Amino acid sequence: MAAYDFLFDKTGLRDWCGESSNQDGPMTMAELLARKNNNSADAGSESSLSLWDLPFPSLDQLNEACSSIARTRDLTKGMESAFLGVKDSLKFVLDPITQPLSWLLEGALYVFVETPWWLMLIALLAIVYLASKSFKLMAFVGSAIMFLAFIDHYEYAMQTLSIIFVCAILCVIFGVPIGIAMSRSNWLQRIMIPVLDMLQTLPTFVYLIPLIFLFSVTEPKLYGIAIILYAIVPVVRLTDLGIRLVDREVIEAADAFGMTKRQKLYKVEIPLALPNIMAGVNQTIMMSLAMVVIASLVSAPGLGVLVLRGIRNLELGVGLVAGLGIVLLAIILDRVTKAALARINASSSVSSH
Amino acid sequence: MEKQKSISIRNLYKIFGGNPASMLEHVHQGMSKRELLHQHDHVLGLSDINIDMYAGDITVIMGLSGSGKSTLVRHFNRLIEPTSGEIWVDGENVLEFNEDRLREMRRLQMSMVFQHFALFPHRTVLENTGLAQAVRGVSATDYEKDALKWLERVGLKGQDQQYPHQMSGGMKQRVGIARALTSNAPIMLMDEAFSALDPLIRTDMQDLLLELQKELQKTIVFISHDLDEALKLADHLVILKDGVVVQQGEPQDILLHPNDPYIVDFISDINRARVLRVRSIMTPISENAAAKTSGEVDADDTLESVISKSEGDVGQTFTVMKDGQKVGLVDMKILVQALVPTSAAEGGMRQQKS
Repeated sequence: MAAYDFLFDKTGLRDWCGESSNQDGPMTMAELLARKNNNSADAGSESSLSLWDLPFPSLDQLNEACSSIARTRDLTKGMESAFLGVKDSLKFVLDPITQPLSWLLEGALYVFVETPWWLMLIALLAIVYLASKSFKLMAFVGSAIMFLAFIDHYEYAMQTLSIIFVCAILCVIFGVPIGIAMSRSNWLQRIMIPVLDMLQTLPTFVYLIPLIFLFSVTEPKLYGIAIILYAIVPVVRLTDLGIRLVDREVIEAADAFGMTKRQKLYKVEIPLALPNIMAGVNQTIMMSLAMVVIASLVSAPGLGVLVLRGIRNLELGVGLVAGLGIVLLAIILDRVTKAALARINASSSVSSH
Repeated sequence: MEKQKSISIRNLYKIFGGNPASMLEHVHQGMSKRELLHQHDHVLGLSDINIDMYAGDITVIMGLSGSGKSTLVRHFNRLIEPTSGEIWVDGENVLEFNEDRLREMRRLQMSMVFQHFALFPHRTVLENTGLAQAVRGVSATDYEKDALKWLERVGLKGQDQQYPHQMSGGMKQRVGIARALTSNAPIMLMDEAFSALDPLIRTDMQDLLLELQKELQKTIVFISHDLDEALKLADHLVILKDGVVVQQGEPQDILLHPNDPYIVDFISDINRARVLRVRSIMTPISENAAAKTSGEVDADDTLESVISKSEGDVGQTFTVMKDGQKVGLVDMKILVQALVPTSAAEGGMRQQKS
């Protein structure tokens, strides 16, 4: 009947396969379709095995011939049950560790939203000035925020900003030391690069799937973890790169004059890698913004919620205006971090020799 | 005036590759650099180096690129670890130092000047200059006086608040030298310190170094690939080829008595009249003390200046003076013979023999 019957008949594995072809696993979509087709068409048109029609020996195809072989659906099902199996113990470990993240996010959310708008505006403008020393940029940031407030998106924008604020800072706190460790050890770098590649290329929705199983959707740490995992990559990568790119002769000079490892790290390597590290921070912030929108699927507050509403309820205007708000936030964050980066580059410009 | 040995290198070997220690046996049995590379995939960097460097001298280690000279100088402060051998600095074996003692030596006993300056681009010239003291934990206000003094001495007065990228190559290397001097270490390692500079600035810097050295009497180890530079600076010249010392000694002596075709080749291009000094070719005074001479020359004069004094007359003889005393005579004929390139002289000798 099935295309690969001959394989098991010839190799004498028929006994191992067992005669029973009744499925005990869940039914696959293909099987459902086949059953429907069999009803309409005449059942059992004896297939003469031609090479042209030979399907690829996939798990499903082999299962048709020999029921002892698992189907692909069983594979994914197995993964699911394996994950569910370790879920409780994993949760037991991860829950307390990540709890501070929830508190941080809740705290930041409270501070950003509850602070009076005019105080918040002054504080934000002060930060912008400290980072960029540019009145032009301050004026732009001020008018952008006031525009958002004017169209009643202020609270949403602050929610988004507070999440980015917490996640970006945590990314730097964890990412920079990881990057430094990677720059120290080629072995660690070889392990970390595929991990970072995976974190960066994994579709953003996929992050959410295992997290939903682990934590309840109402907990802020759920989206916090997803954002941090996604956004930490550039700062790790560029810290590693930045430290590896420090001129070898300068390091040699530091050694020759008897610097300790700690002196070398804080007085030579980090200052010289700072332009690269800051470029990584800029990327990290932009990626947190991208992720915070998607995280609204798992109850992250902010402008993303409005976008989601636009999609779900087909409220075109709401979605578009919120999208515009996100663009404004993105421009603000990018310009401010770039201005800070430019100032660092100007003050410690590495000359070519 | 007995000179003190400052750095002594004994039987130093450096082999690069996966398992250098096991290759040492092959090298001791006389395997060549080529064979070691082809049969065992290890590079023989330095082979059986023995050098004594005296306090207050400029020792120039000269060789072409790949001869191992930069590798050698990095052994002195153990930026590179040797495969085997001994390195003695002021009576102590550097290889027995633990990490702390090694760091102390790098901080207090040795300073280093680099080919590409290796200044910290994020620090001002003043902070760069005071690096050695800052590393020891001296505060900026305390090292400032020293640093400014040396910056002025190398000709960079008033530029201490600039950043390295605002300076030209020559000025950067002046900072490099000021940085080494501010460390007050008795030993100064200079790794091709002037090789990246243009010829005119290079000459300036060489003069500056000689001038400073006259006053400071440091132990300087100078790495160079330039024979003219080496002859100008060296009290003791070491010529390195493929990781082996080919000849070492007083530069004048090497010039007059090269012991290897490689060195003959090397010195064939230089202007001998400008490099050789009267003292190297004079006849000591005792023999014909009362001879009539056409004038006086100093023992440290170059032959070129004697030629210009004689106006090309090969019949003349000059009295050689040193510190106001007559010490010898120099005959123009002998002088001209000394100018004959070594390779030609050898060819002449061969013809006579056959």
